[in-house]
Amino acid sequence: MDSSPRFGHFGGRYVPETLMEALLELEGAFARAQADVAFQRSLSSILTEYAGRPTPLTFCTNTSRNLGCKVYLKREDLLHGGAHKLNNTLGQALLAQYMGKTRLIAETGAGQHGVATAIAGAVLGIPVDVYMGATDIARQGLNVDRMALLGARVIPVHSGSRTLKDAVNEALRDWVASVGDTHYVLGSIVGPHPFPVMVRTFQSIIGEEAREQCLHKEGCLPDVILACVGGGSNAMGIFHRFIGDPVRLIGVEAGGEGLHTGRHGASLCAGTEGVLHGALSYLLQDAAGQIADTHSIAAGLDYPGVGPELSHLTHTGRIEAAAVTDSEALEAFGYLSRMEGIIPALESSHAIAYAMRLAGQLGPDDIMVINLSGRGDKDVGEAALRGGVSG
Amino acid sequence: MNRIDRWFLEHAAPAFTGFTVAGDPDPEASVRVARTLVDAGVDILELGMPFSDPVADGPVIQRADQRALAAGTTPDAVFAIARALRADAGVPIVLLTYCNLVLNRGIGQFYRDAREAGIDGVLIVDMPVEESDGVREAARAAGIAPIFLVAPTTSAARQDGIIARASGFLYLVSVLGVTGTRNRVAEETLAFIRQMRSRTALPLAVGFGISEPEHVASCCEAGADAVIVGSAIVAIIERHLGDEEEMMAALSAYIATMRAATGEAPR
Ligand SMILES: Cc1ncc(COP(=O)(O)O)c(C=O)c1O
Repeated sequence: MDSSPRFGHFGGRYVPETLMEALLELEGAFARAQADVAFQRSLSSILTEYAGRPTPLTFCTNTSRNLGCKVYLKREDLLHGGAHKLNNTLGQALLAQYMGKTRLIAETGAGQHGVATAIAGAVLGIPVDVYMGATDIARQGLNVDRMALLGARVIPVHSGSRTLKDAVNEALRDWVASVGDTHYVLGSIVGPHPFPVMVRTFQSIIGEEAREQCLHKEGCLPDVILACVGGGSNAMGIFHRFIGDPVRLIGVEAGGEGLHTGRHGASLCAGTEGVLHGALSYLLQDAAGQIADTHSIAAGLDYPGVGPELSHLTHTGRIEAAAVTDSEALEAFGYLSRMEGIIPALESSHAIAYAMRLAGQLGPDDIMVINLSGRGDKDVGEAALRGGVSG
Repeated sequence: MNRIDRWFLEHAAPAFTGFTVAGDPDPEASVRVARTLVDAGVDILELGMPFSDPVADGPVIQRADQRALAAGTTPDAVFAIARALRADAGVPIVLLTYCNLVLNRGIGQFYRDAREAGIDGVLIVDMPVEESDGVREAARAAGIAPIFLVAPTTSAARQDGIIARASGFLYLVSVLGVTGTRNRVAEETLAFIRQMRSRTALPLAVGFGISEPEHVASCCEAGADAVIVGSAIVAIIERHLGDEEEMMAALSAYIATMRAATGEAPR
């Protein structure tokens, strides 16, 4: 009856009893798969042959000139499906197969993780059900259609705030009832152990490639790396390989309408410790411990919690947390599109917006790497509604 | 002695345990609901502390949590409801809550407040025994029974670990799934009760999905020391939201029928 491994005091396994054995089984299977050469070979092969790894580290000539430092983008937008999410879903879907599970469920906010799970299910021949908040279904219509086209069933969630948090609740409720044959493909580094470690492991390939690519192109490590933070999977994915290096690591959260308004999703910047969805981490809650409603223009960042590993590394000071507002993100969305011909996801636009702010502190030889976690086609309609498309 | 332990010591027949969300439909009415349950024959009262994100609960209890929260039910209000009930009833009271509400208050403070409110047992639905060292210590210090769930999926090794750490009673989850009513009690559930009966002397309370007198009778026959009915009670409250008199009459009638099904046969 040992307690589960933690990041500092963060993490743990706070779940209803019905899920405990499934989590222990998953922990064991993941450890075996990590040591299994055949499993690693099939994962590596599907990531290169099917998903399109490695993704480029693109030097941005125009942006670098404009901002006055060297700007690189790690191009997860070019991964199949259009976001970093597929690194994780292919890993977990292969693991589900390895465990003999015959059905996948997932939650999704922006729809990117739902699409990535639908893709993995389609290519590996496993049926997929995706829970998605009704509010997110309305604002991410393109991804809802993509999931349906890929053969997944999208189940609308009408409870609570009808966004990502409620989709996770509903996926957990499904899993409690279906745990024998179903694997829950959790989409970020949140949730009970072993999800935070497992998802980060599958996403760490981003930072492994980026480190090698930067050394190759520049002959040195970058000075600063930026990534947006929803649950934290693209951020820990690119940060992890650099934890022991002298590199500034900055996680950029959803500032929404401003931290002072209470309408945001910035759990590292403005949260307090608590338990949501199975782990102790920073989260947004009221004085009595009820989980707060959040807001972000980016559905994938509209979440009141954040992964326990990021919570710990922010707590120790190794990682810096920052936040940018909806309007700053919208401006960065247009900026990168015009400057580089790359339309970033609204989530990733948060990292770009903070990079624009930070550039003033950097010199012409300083190297900045931004994790471009996804492409923004899904957001064009929403951005147009908010006047973020013209000029 | 804790009121839960004393109840099982003094009674030969199984306990009928009724659940309601504290604060549903609002804090004052909720006290009247709980009194009605007790007057109608509930042997052990379970109070749910409403939480914004109750992942172990189905739609009926989710909606009750939402009603209670919308009516301003804070954890303070829940303790006040328990205190009001304790003032005029000797029934054992078990509090069902979620981890974040306990941590937010501070574990020690939560258990001291629970004791002061007259609560006898606390079940934190999303806290497995592995994470429970701190709360078990606080519970012991406050004289409150730490109640734990055992699920049909729980392995024999973990069953032993839970049995060694629980007191009051073991809460057997009768189905794979969240709270909510089910049509029948499956044969596997009865086998699960019999299997657990052979492993421990702790009282066994069976819950999740029980809504009909036949469910109660078959669980008791299989060796349950208590049956727990939640969603079916909450659904009656929901059905009669506009009319409190009707609500109380329907609750009393339902509890009487269900209570009778426990039988008076010795356990
Ligand atoms: C493109 C993109 N980036 C980032 C995120 C946020 O998730 P995480 O913080 O886990 O990377 C999402 C989530 O949907 C996303 O779609």
